Amino acid sequence: MNNIKTSVDICGVVMKNPVTTASGTFGSGREFSDFVDLNKLGAVTVKGVASEPWKGNDSPRIAEVYGGMLNSVGLQNPGAEYFIENDIPFLRQFDTRIIVNICGHSIEEYCRAAERLSEADIDLFELNISCPNVSEGGITFGTVPSMAEKVVSEVKKYCKKPLIVKLTPNVTDITEIAKAAVSGGADALSLINTLLGMKIDIKRRKPVLANKVGGFSGPAIKPVAVRMVYQVSKVVNVPVIGMGGIADYEDAIEFIMAGAAAVAVGTANFMNPFATVEIVDGIEKFMRENDIYDISDIRGIID
Amino acid sequence: MKSVEFAEILKNEEIADSTYSMELFCPEIAKKAAAGQFIEIYTGLGENILPRPISISEIDSENGKLTLVYQVVGRGTDYFSQCPVGDMLKIMGPCGNGFNISHDIKQHIIVGGGIGIPPLLELCKRLDGEVNVFLGAKSSPVLADKFKSLGAEVFIATDDGSVGFRGNVVELMEEIKPQGKMIYSCGPKIMLKFLSAWAEKNNIPVQVSMEERMACGIGACVGCAVKIRKSGCNDWQNLKVCKDGPVFMGDEVVWDE
Repeated sequence: MNNIKTSVDICGVVMKNPVTTASGTFGSGREFSDFVDLNKLGAVTVKGVASEPWKGNDSPRIAEVYGGMLNSVGLQNPGAEYFIENDIPFLRQFDTRIIVNICGHSIEEYCRAAERLSEADIDLFELNISCPNVSEGGITFGTVPSMAEKVVSEVKKYCKKPLIVKLTPNVTDITEIAKAAVSGGADALSLINTLLGMKIDIKRRKPVLANKVGGFSGPAIKPVAVRMVYQVSKVVNVPVIGMGGIADYEDAIEFIMAGAAAVAVGTANFMNPFATVEIVDGIEKFMRENDIYDISDIRGIID
Repeated sequence: MKSVEFAEILKNEEIADSTYSMELFCPEIAKKAAAGQFIEIYTGLGENILPRPISISEIDSENGKLTLVYQVVGRGTDYFSQCPVGDMLKIMGPCGNGFNISHDIKQHIIVGGGIGIPPLLELCKRLDGEVNVFLGAKSSPVLADKFKSLGAEVFIATDDGSVGFRGNVVELMEEIKPQGKMIYSCGPKIMLKFLSAWAEKNNIPVQVSMEERMACGIGACVGCAVKIRKSGCNDWQNLKVCKDGPVFMGDEVVWDE
């Protein structure tokens, strides 16, 4: 089979392959350009951008845990203006799609970020209503269905590009939030963000993270993520971007079989800077070896 | 430009209690490395997913070798300490910016504390002129003989007084009153804080090499934040130890603890 089809369509935006990066793990792509040919990626999802610069949380912000890590960065970012001036021109040198993750403390801040970035040369928005590390906004919008619907419908008014809504797993029933986001106007969903976790330094008798709690990511969370992608894919009719612990192509295929149209590689970038390209190549190899002509032929094949 | 390389372990021996000196053959990274930079070492253990940032103690770019002096503080470093000679470790680097070395300066002060001492050794080799070295430790600082063999004058302070001055390294400097045009330092944050105050009082610029928990080592995760004053206003920003540092000027750092 020479002509396999790896490209996927996310709300009218064609990615050459289903692999992107999870926001916050890949900077704006520049940080990984010593290791990764960005032309090989379906899309780069950049670190969260707010309308104004954010300082983020105090250190320590990182703790390793068994099979994963905790972070409490708190969405430190240099703001939309800096991003538009510096990061978009850099990314546009490459043949890859740009997904801009936007964050805010309030509906108004989300809207302002969406409005400003809509004037920039980007392909898709990803709305972060699921960060566990900021006290206002972030996760509060992502845990109450009526709030999720409201913030999505408001932000949507300002988006001139399709809107992906990123969901938190820290809820009783993720399908309720997923349905609410779609009824608010989400063109696609991405999941999962990190699980809320904690680690205690027993010698110092203190939490390791300055913020006490943080987002749990890495290979250890993959089964939770696969389950949620599976559940959500069954109840919505918009594309789902799956993420959570993907470290190799087999993980990526698992998410696609669970129903994901595309996948994002996150914490694995820290474990192996080549992870994204190895997954792109691995998916292609898997398709050839298993006579899969079109990647969408295996999407959601699990009943 | 950073590289990933599989490095052969040429030497890995305990030089002090739970402190090891490891020599790696890694020509790609060795030829690019500068004093004060660090490398990331992957553990290869599934449960310990993050690479460990370890400072470079000595660089032999001609023979493609790096020496690291590291302390066993957890599962990752414990694993490294048990790797036999001949094993291969996956490493990435060189990471961060090294010390700023000016060949116009001929009188230097080096201040190291505990496991912060190793990266100062390569620096000491590269400085021109007179170097006074102040080393602090709980009971015996590592690498003191190496600094002496480079011709530097070495002053030692220990918490228990078992070697040299009893007390901390900044108290020792207050006694000796060393002269110099630049201070270079690495060690516990509390030492760097008091040293920066001493340096300000004595009107000597001080470069401090900072440490913070990090994940990626290349500026992507924004985990290793340190508060740095913005010039020209009364405000600060979080910069990254891995990419903007690890070396900062002492008077730029917001010492909030």
